[in-house]
Amino acid sequence: MNKKLKLRSTLVLFILFMITLASLIPFLWMISTSLKNNQALMSIPIEWIPKKVSFESYITVLTELPFLKSTMNSLIVTLSSTILTLTSSSLAAFIFAKYDFKFKNILFVLFLTSMMIPIQVTGIPIFIILTKLGLNNSFAGVILPSVYNVFAIFLLRQYMKNISNEFIEAAYMDGANLFHVFFKIIIPMSIVPLTTLFVINFMGYWNDYFWPLIILTDPDKVTLPVLLSKLNTQYGTEYNTLMAGSLISMTPILVVYMFAQKYFIRGVQEGGIK
Amino acid sequence: MNKLQKNIWFYIMLFLVPSILGYLIFSLLPMLSAFYLSFTSWDIIGGSPDWIGTENYVNIFKSNEFYRVFKNTFKFILMYIPTIMMSSFLLALLFDAKVKGVSGFRVLLFIPVLTSWVAGSLIWKSALNGQYGLVNNILSLIGIDGPGWLSDASWSMVSIVLVSVWKDIGFFSLIIFGGLRGIDRTIYEAAQIDGANRFQVLKEITFPLVTPTLFFVLITTMINSFQLFPQVMVMTGGGPLGSTQVIVERIYVYGFRYFNMGYAAALSIVLLTVIILVTIVQIKLQKKWVFYE
Repeated sequence: MNKKLKLRSTLVLFILFMITLASLIPFLWMISTSLKNNQALMSIPIEWIPKKVSFESYITVLTELPFLKSTMNSLIVTLSSTILTLTSSSLAAFIFAKYDFKFKNILFVLFLTSMMIPIQVTGIPIFIILTKLGLNNSFAGVILPSVYNVFAIFLLRQYMKNISNEFIEAAYMDGANLFHVFFKIIIPMSIVPLTTLFVINFMGYWNDYFWPLIILTDPDKVTLPVLLSKLNTQYGTEYNTLMAGSLISMTPILVVYMFAQKYFIRGVQEGGIK
Repeated sequence: MNKLQKNIWFYIMLFLVPSILGYLIFSLLPMLSAFYLSFTSWDIIGGSPDWIGTENYVNIFKSNEFYRVFKNTFKFILMYIPTIMMSSFLLALLFDAKVKGVSGFRVLLFIPVLTSWVAGSLIWKSALNGQYGLVNNILSLIGIDGPGWLSDASWSMVSIVLVSVWKDIGFFSLIIFGGLRGIDRTIYEAAQIDGANRFQVLKEITFPLVTPTLFFVLITTMINSFQLFPQVMVMTGGGPLGSTQVIVERIYVYGFRYFNMGYAAALSIVLLTVIILVTIVQIKLQKKWVFYE
């Protein structure tokens, strides 16, 4: 029995190892390609590991393109969008979870059905609205739409429903108003779903492509994914440059992941439980 | 509880204002405008939209391009959804096996999920290059002469599926793993006492109990499939020979390259209609296979 169990464990680990290897090999390829010079790129048979390590492509990427600027842009846009989403959604979720008012159910159903509408449908009119407001080509134009996030409202509402009313009533007895209740009771008790949402939204906004592509045209303002896609049109087959750019663009989120991986993993996993 | 608080209405409104305004400005109003725009001709630069009735829709349904785009999307769905569902489920089962060291693989397999679509697509564009790419050079080690993944119209969509599965598997396997973890362990113990073998447990207990999560994954992957965009833009630009043109890529090209806003809006309304229809069908069909306790 014990032997059989050991065999099974080894088998499970072996299969997982093979899958993980297959999924990570492209990253090794990226690193190896980024360290090749232009001749090595075209050598046949290919050099799995560059014979002569060259940092040419990194120099190209860092000197000819505003990579650091884009990283900052991405950071500003991502953090602001995430915080805006969490703030507006937790405020609304609290009301939906704990209070009754006229048209509450209709409003909630309207919100939920709007979840099906992809950004590509509303994108053109939103672009026009933001242009009219003078917000195209500005960070505000990228950030503002994240004020409305039904998924976040829904997830938080489910969670806040389970917070006992007694806490809230007791606070009212002590003369608290709704703001006090929200900040002193509801938010501290909702840290788990808020962390989950922070992680999911941070990832989503960091990697977002369609919306920043449309709104930001000024090369100084673009986010990392948009800059990378510009790199793609500019350097079509200079793979060493493209791979150096990809690697640099991945670094910030990988650093965050290194320190906060358990929140990422737990955050996504929670999504499957209900 | 409402009675306990003075001016409750004021607070309720105040708390809801950001989301309601967001809904009006970024969802309802744009939705209605898109619908209106789809009946107009407008280049966004000068003047105002001209009402042209159903002309955009007529043009869409008369064009060969539209049928090609739908054929491409269905080709993607037919390859992508079965692959991602089965591989994520199997991977989730491995995650759920009580074996030491598994959690490390979970952490590593999440790296493609963190990678942006643009960076991931660039990596694969390089890896799939017919002559100098990673994939064909590995294949040639075992004597296989690989195709021109991105330059051959019969392989280009396969390549898009490949990068999509690679990018998504870490995410969906984790979601399904979450579903597996939610299953009450005592059910497994009871089955074991009844003498059920491993395969029976999987078929009669694990699978039915995790179907609500699988249903969620199915709906999400299906909606994502209709919104395919960055992979196509970066890896193929819709080519070769239009073999990877998909609806969102067309919306972008018509709207923001040709500035044909009316036509792009009409395309987006068609997209929305398809998504709604497919989702309704899935919700209707779920009774047949999704198990709710």
